[in-house]
Amino acid sequence: MSLGGELTRAFDLRPKRSWRGVKSNLMTVLMAAAVGLIAIPLVLVMVSVFSKGGAILFHDFPSFLTADIPPVRKAGPGMGPAVIGTLIITGTATLIAVPLGVLGAIFLNEYGGASKFARLVRFMAMVMTGVPSIVMGLFIYVVWTMHFHLQAFGGALALACLMLPIVINASEQMLRLVPNSLREASFALGATKARTVLTVVLPAAGSGIVSGSLLAVARAAGETAPLLFTIGAARTINTALFTDENTALSARIFENAKEAVVNAQDRGWGAALALVLLAFSLTVIARVVTAYATKVRK
Amino acid sequence: MSDATPATDRPRLDLRGQRAHGDQAFRYLAIGAAALVLLVLGLIAITMTQRAIPVLRTMGLDFFTSTTWSEHDERFGALPFIWGTIYTATIAVVLSVPVSLGVALFITQVAPSWLKKPLIYLVDLLAVVPSVVFGLWGVLMLAPHLGRSFLSAGIILAIMITPIITSLAREVIETTAQADKEAAFALGATRWEMIRAAVFPHARSGLVGAVMLGLGRAMGETIAAALVIGSSAQIALSPLSSGDSMPAVIANQWAEAGATQKSALIALAVTLFVMTIIVNLIASAIVRRSMIRSRGVGG
Amino acid sequence: MATEQPMTESKSSSTTGGKLATTAPVPAPRPSMIEGLMSAPVVFTVEALDVFYGAYKAVRGVELAIRKNQITAFIGPSGCGKTTVLRCLNRMNDLIPGARVSGKVLYHGIDLYGPDVSATEVRRRIGMVFQKPNPFPKSIYDNVAYGPRINGIRDKAKLDEIVEKSLRSAALWDEVKDRLKHSALGMSGGQQQRLCIARTIAVEPEVVLMDEPCSALDPIATARVEDLMRELKQHFTIVIVTHNMQQAARVSDFTAFFTAELDTAGQRFGQLVEFDVTARIFSNPKEQRTENYITGRFG
Repeated sequence: MSLGGELTRAFDLRPKRSWRGVKSNLMTVLMAAAVGLIAIPLVLVMVSVFSKGGAILFHDFPSFLTADIPPVRKAGPGMGPAVIGTLIITGTATLIAVPLGVLGAIFLNEYGGASKFARLVRFMAMVMTGVPSIVMGLFIYVVWTMHFHLQAFGGALALACLMLPIVINASEQMLRLVPNSLREASFALGATKARTVLTVVLPAAGSGIVSGSLLAVARAAGETAPLLFTIGAARTINTALFTDENTALSARIFENAKEAVVNAQDRGWGAALALVLLAFSLTVIARVVTAYATKVRK
Repeated sequence: MSDATPATDRPRLDLRGQRAHGDQAFRYLAIGAAALVLLVLGLIAITMTQRAIPVLRTMGLDFFTSTTWSEHDERFGALPFIWGTIYTATIAVVLSVPVSLGVALFITQVAPSWLKKPLIYLVDLLAVVPSVVFGLWGVLMLAPHLGRSFLSAGIILAIMITPIITSLAREVIETTAQADKEAAFALGATRWEMIRAAVFPHARSGLVGAVMLGLGRAMGETIAAALVIGSSAQIALSPLSSGDSMPAVIANQWAEAGATQKSALIALAVTLFVMTIIVNLIASAIVRRSMIRSRGVGG
Repeated sequence: MATEQPMTESKSSSTTGGKLATTAPVPAPRPSMIEGLMSAPVVFTVEALDVFYGAYKAVRGVELAIRKNQITAFIGPSGCGKTTVLRCLNRMNDLIPGARVSGKVLYHGIDLYGPDVSATEVRRRIGMVFQKPNPFPKSIYDNVAYGPRINGIRDKAKLDEIVEKSLRSAALWDEVKDRLKHSALGMSGGQQQRLCIARTIAVEPEVVLMDEPCSALDPIATARVEDLMRELKQHFTIVIVTHNMQQAARVSDFTAFFTAELDTAGQRFGQLVEFDVTARIFSNPKEQRTENYITGRFG
């Protein structure tokens, strides 16, 4: 037994093979596999949507946008009513939910603070985000549609109810980020609270509120269940909010998915692509708004 | 230099100011908007329960335990649908949690920094796709292979709740103190051993909360389930058999339902509402407590 | 009407010159100088002022007089109530929940805390500059124009004129005249603070309160702001809180020395110890505590 041998063994720092190391690497592989598993459905769905939907959507883009919905068995694009419907209904819902939501957030952060009422509202807003969309749809059916019949506005109301707590939540967080020193500066110049909120706090939180609202709009555009009970199923373009039935991309996708006829299914894919493009664009715009605002601040 | 006119040179120093009408009006507007939340929730509770009462009065507690659902006989038992909701949501969670956890761990512990952002975007992309598009894909591409069944519905639901659980899990995991991680490494732990020693104990309750929130979402999800679940009102144990869930039943039967059936469907909606609220409340409480605890200790 | 400070010489024993440990020697006060200072009309009279946060009496028994077109400095160790008293002068303490005062703060004879007084009106006449520069995330122009716009001035030409005048008075015009539309956040700390001063004087208040305006600035910026103060006092009455007593000695005409004491119950409270012409306080203070602070024995 040479002395050199003893020393070599004592100071051997080379990596050793062991079960522990293998196990850790195995776990890492599993984690990477999980990432792959998430990517697979996304890729599969996107491939189907873009290829099948693209065939319909881009083959005859203008008539996809403008033509009426053909009867189930007939071939051909034609989602005009659904596109217009989605734009009108989601647009109206946004016009209702965003101002009200931002005002509610202003109350919570600027006026309410820690009062019992504010805490109750905050809690209830959180509860409201958990209301299933189908429940919201039935609710609007009961309080609105039963009296005013199937129309676009009912759908807009239902979507607005879904969007409201999301907008309140996101906006309140953005308002909280505005440093108090800005409010103090405004007060010290003799501004009233309302003016301070409108001309200093809101602009400072603005970009965050805008991007949060855009994300809420993207979610609302994709909702189906609330519309099933409130807007009916029109096959022609209807731009009126309060008259006659209407339709939307999400509702049409649902209907067409149930059909066994390939032509109808194809139209469903086209509508799906349109909806996905809409949702993606809104998300991208939201990201751009956030990035731009952070850049300006520097 | 002529400038500041001192206040004393003005005729009379008046500090009363104008009555701040606009200021008060704005405040009331804000209060009103906030109160809307309470109004809407209250209305939901009142009006829905009101409409659900007729059927509950006829069926009594049998509404929740009977398995017959027939418009013709005017007997409505919700048990198959309650079962379906719970079953598909459970399948969804079982499928989704390992994947979500794996992705969250990968992003936070394994991925190099240039990879983190793109991965987060990938997960967010999955969240943005509307559920009805997943439903379309499910019914036309998945169901032909797996049939319309609890399993198909569970898979679609799993895809939909994974982004939610992943984001929350990421947040919770990231609150693990750097010091704890370094302590494990300093003792010669491998990465997996560090995760088990430092991350899991710390994040455990937060992760449970995240999973429960995913569960709540899966229970309430209508469209994807409605398309692929098979619409047969039976309580079956095999995941490959078809069944039905509460939101799916409501969506599929509403159009042709008569008055009593509509009342029954509304009663179903109220049941679903209550169940998801309970799950969400428990989940939020758990998540909130874990965040407070971790931030309180954190360095 | 106003409380007069006695003009008699101090009766305290140790009155030899040169006992000060401060760096810059303070000139011995000439009677004519004192007379000149004391003849300025009084703008604020503070009588028996106590400030409460809830039930806790944080500041007790303050009595002083602020004179027109003079600079009055509040000095003292931290936690002695100088900022609290300053913020009483423009009712900014109202913003702190639970804060209230007893005693009187008389502005040209009107009690600022009286029944018919609007805090908003008060703040239009008594402006404030804060410790950390807090420009709005708007353009330089919009920052300065904010106050005038509140007061109803919409005419662009008039606003341009006010903005230029205010920026010149704040010694900032030459540096920013070519980038008025740029964001105020792009300026250095010293420039931002001068912008805040310009913003405050744009509404032509009578009084400008400054809460440690230089503590976040480097020495060069500090010197510029001090020069600015000397110019501004020709048109405005200035009250400044500073923890830098050399600054008070350099810049102010009157000085109020505050300190924190413990009462019989062991609670800390702030108290005005001595208020006098600056030159007298720094060369010949009446109170032992003042002398201890100035010579650096504590604080």
